[in-house]
Parts: sequence; structure tokens; C-alpha cells
Amino acid sequence: MSRPKPEPVQVVKQRRDAALRALVSGVPYIRFLGIEFERRGDELTAVLNYDNKLIGNPLLPALHGGVTAAFMEVAAIMELSWSTLWEDIEAGRIDLTAPDPVLPRLPKTIDFTVDYLRSGLPRDAYARARVNRSGRRYASVHVEAWQDNRAKLFAQATGHFLMPDRSADV
Amino acid sequence: MSADKLTLARQFIEAIPHAQALEMRFESLGDGKAVLSMPWREELVGDPRTGVIHGGAVSALMDTCCGAAVISHPETPAGTATIDLRIDYMRAATPRQRITARAEVYHMTRTVAFLRATAHDEEDGLPVATATGAFTVERPKGGAQ
Repeated sequence: MSRPKPEPVQVVKQRRDAALRALVSGVPYIRFLGIEFERRGDELTAVLNYDNKLIGNPLLPALHGGVTAAFMEVAAIMELSWSTLWEDIEAGRIDLTAPDPVLPRLPKTIDFTVDYLRSGLPRDAYARARVNRSGRRYASVHVEAWQDNRAKLFAQATGHFLMPDRSADV
Repeated sequence: MSADKLTLARQFIEAIPHAQALEMRFESLGDGKAVLSMPWREELVGDPRTGVIHGGAVSALMDTCCGAAVISHPETPAGTATIDLRIDYMRAATPRQRITARAEVYHMTRTVAFLRATAHDEEDGLPVATATGAFTVERPKGGAQ
């Protein structure tokens, strides 16, 4: 039995990066906070680019607790969308590379709990989300956020999300 | 809370860069209660299909409002930081409406303040979101006043 010839690496990367770009650029608030996503295979890392407007305590200074919460919520929603769309993107059932793609519906946050472990320093921050359970209607996602040291988290969060009704698309 | 202390707390919170970035406005402050609001803006939208503001922006408003409530408590903490904040999103905020958060310290120990908060758009009734949180209570240097 012969396996199909693998796609050229550029084709694979182009498809995945274009899909990610379309998903991320559709949300104005992600741009407002200055968040970008880096991708390795299907693994996403959210990057919060430091800016003075993210400061919550000018005396320390420290990142605003609300910014930390928002950053992690953005990371959770994007990871959840990305992981549920991945197979469709790979199979070409969803094409987000078209000039004006129809963006899929995003999961809605039911609740979000943030655990602040240390104050956020005035520099870039990173976050990775892990989908612990994703059912047809509900999902549970955990997020870790760090700055200089991957092992020293400055915050972690858990959120529950209502999954979009995929049958309502198109 | 004295008028001086109140002015100071208000200035302190209005000087927060992220509060300015979200165009937060003070409505009232004092005795462990705070009311803060912010306008709907295109760049805060989280779902482009509906124009609904991102939950993160609502979190930032509620977190600031909780912090302000702690600072305004009669025991006058020197500062505060969030330990834990849980937000429940009850419904989508109506696009183009102002969001108003109300926070209250319902219990304060020597070291921890416990808070509840709500966020409404311009419609009364069911809040857009509710929150519960625990915040640090930083005492002025040299012990309690």
C-alpha cells in the first residue's frame, strides 16, 4: 500500500499561516492589545507585545490585571477555535486564504477565572492554552502565562466556553 | 473617606495608563464601593460578526473597578493587587452602549479584600457580567494607622 506523496512544505505552511492570520486579524481587540500568535505545527503561543498603555500600576510599574486576564482569554479562545478548525483547514473544507473569507463563529466565554501568581513586569508576555475538554457544546480550557522564564508563571487561568453551532455556518 | 483622600484615589486611578487606553470614566467612589464606566469602541470588538465588545475589555473594567473599591475602603489600604478574579458572562453586551461596572468590598481582613462586581450596558436588569475577586490589602509602612 502506497501512501500519498506529502505536500510541499511551503504549501502546508502557507495554508496554516494564512488560516491563523485570518482568524486573528478578524478580531479588532487582539490588535488593540498588541497580541500576536506564533505557530509551531498546531501549537500556538500568544505574544503580548509590551506597550505603556498596558500598565495598571505606574508606580511599580506592573501590567494591568485586566490586561493579563484579557490576554489569557484571547489565548484561550484562539486555541479553542484553532484546535476545532484544524482538521477542516487541513482537509481544505475551510479555506481562510480567500481574499474575503467567511470567518467561522468564535466560542463564547461562559466564565473565566484568573489566578495572579506574581506581578506582570513591563515587558513582553507569552501564553499557551490547553484544551482540557472540548465537547459539542461546552469546552474547558486552561491557560499559562509567563514572561522571562517558562517555568515561572505570572498568571494561570481556567475558562469555560460555549462552542459555536457549526451547523449554523454558511 | 475624606474628600482629600477621595480626590487622591480618583487621580491615582485616572492616571493608570490602561484605564486611559480604555477611556474609563469615574462615576463614584467611596466606602469600599466604586462605579466606573467605559464607552463601546470599534477597536474593542471581540466578535466581528456581531460587534460585541471582547470579554477581556469587560474584565479590565471590572478589575480596575474592584481595585478602586479596595483603595476607597475606610481602612485606607496603601495599595492593592489582584489575587484572583472570576468573571461570569451572562449575556452579550449590546454594541455601541456604554458599560458601567459597580464593585463592592463585602469583607476585608487585615490582608485580603473580598469583592463582588457587576457590569451593565445601558439596559437595566440582567447584568452583562458579574465577578467575584480576592485582592491584596497593602498596609501603609509602619503598621496600621
